[in-house]
Amino acid sequence: MEDKVKVILLGSGFSMFGMRAMIALEDKGIKYEYMEQDLTNKSPLLLEMNPIHKKIPVLIHHGRPICESLIIVEYIDTVWKSNAPLLPSDPYQRAQARFWADFIDQKVYHASRRIWTTDGDKKEVAKKEFFESLKQLEEVLGDKPYFGGDTFGFVDVALIPFYCWFYTYETFGGFKVEAECPKLISWAKRCMQKESVSKTLVDEKEVYESVLDYKKKFVLS
Amino acid sequence: MASNQEEVKLLGATGSPFVCRVQIALKLKGVEYKFIEENLRNKSELLLKYNPVHKKVPVFVHNEKPIAESLVILEYIEETWKGNPILPTDPYQRALARFWSKFIDDKVVTAAWKSVFTADEKEREKNIQESFEALQFLENELKDKKFFGGEEFGFVDITAVFIAFWIPMIQEIAGLQLFTAEKFPKLYKWSQEFLNHPVVKECLPPRDPVFAFFKGLYQSLTASK
Repeated sequence: MEDKVKVILLGSGFSMFGMRAMIALEDKGIKYEYMEQDLTNKSPLLLEMNPIHKKIPVLIHHGRPICESLIIVEYIDTVWKSNAPLLPSDPYQRAQARFWADFIDQKVYHASRRIWTTDGDKKEVAKKEFFESLKQLEEVLGDKPYFGGDTFGFVDVALIPFYCWFYTYETFGGFKVEAECPKLISWAKRCMQKESVSKTLVDEKEVYESVLDYKKKFVLS
Repeated sequence: MASNQEEVKLLGATGSPFVCRVQIALKLKGVEYKFIEENLRNKSELLLKYNPVHKKVPVFVHNEKPIAESLVILEYIEETWKGNPILPTDPYQRALARFWSKFIDDKVVTAAWKSVFTADEKEREKNIQESFEALQFLENELKDKKFFGGEEFGFVDITAVFIAFWIPMIQEIAGLQLFTAEKFPKLYKWSQEFLNHPVVKECLPPRDPVFAFFKGLYQSLTASK
């Protein structure tokens, strides 16, 4: 079976990291098979393909696994070079794209997670860090339509999946992202007009319901 | 591509494994640069101007354009100075090299550091375990290769300089046996090969002052318990 289907993506539910890989594949019009993984009961395939981290996403190409969402996106961009390049060709611009994608992972992701997993002072600190990082990104975006400039690029792919999680952060955090970062919301709506994005991002209310379920199951305070 | 000293600058701090990574890459590719020593306890205007986001070293500046984060800098150096490549040409092999470098940063560096420089004993124990697990993965990945990059050292080896030079130092300070020839024979052999490579040797900081610095840090941490 795997010989016939050259590209397989292992993903799970509402993971923004899985969404990054999917958006890249969709954007380039690559045919692939998506295999939803149950992370509470990891499949032999997942354990074989990502024995180190046992996480998703995993891209399987010609039977070989590639792990870590940004590494996957860069791999997709390199192998399917001609369709819709995500990384710029200039080395300095590429460095900037990699830097900001890494910034999203270091700053946006961790702070955002603490908004729905913590309470009290810790939550307030998380909210502050979350907004600081979003405002930083707004500055980087400036007046450009996309982080990639005129076209949708690497940093756009890295950040846009968080958009369907905003409702969850807003509900747990008691704020509206649009009030603090209107430019970012305009950018997100612009991205949502792309089929690769609108097809991939999960409904924000579904994300919220799944987080409520997750919290109940794992008895998080 | 020739570069004069004015065009290429590296803001760093002697003793930083992340700065060392960049220095190794520059040395390998024969890139001349101006090294600017930063005092991290009293950050300069220059550092804050070139890296306002993280305010950390290394910062690489090429023709007044700054780049921060050591692995991002390594990729830029690779793309700009093509001699003595540190990444393979095959996209899959490149993805693997990036994966292992990220693994070293996410799993080895943090855990090894916290095995020593954490006041809480339970935390230290947890991190010691994590360090062992992470080093074992690398031991298995190295197999019988001379370097992670094959016959010549590459991206992953450069990233792993922390393991070769810094872990032995910090474990000695804390009286730990994290990384030994007995526990990780292949990785240990690799570390000796790597540290003795003529290019790498020239880029390593002087051991004594760096050791003294970390020892001081450890003593103030354990003293304040």
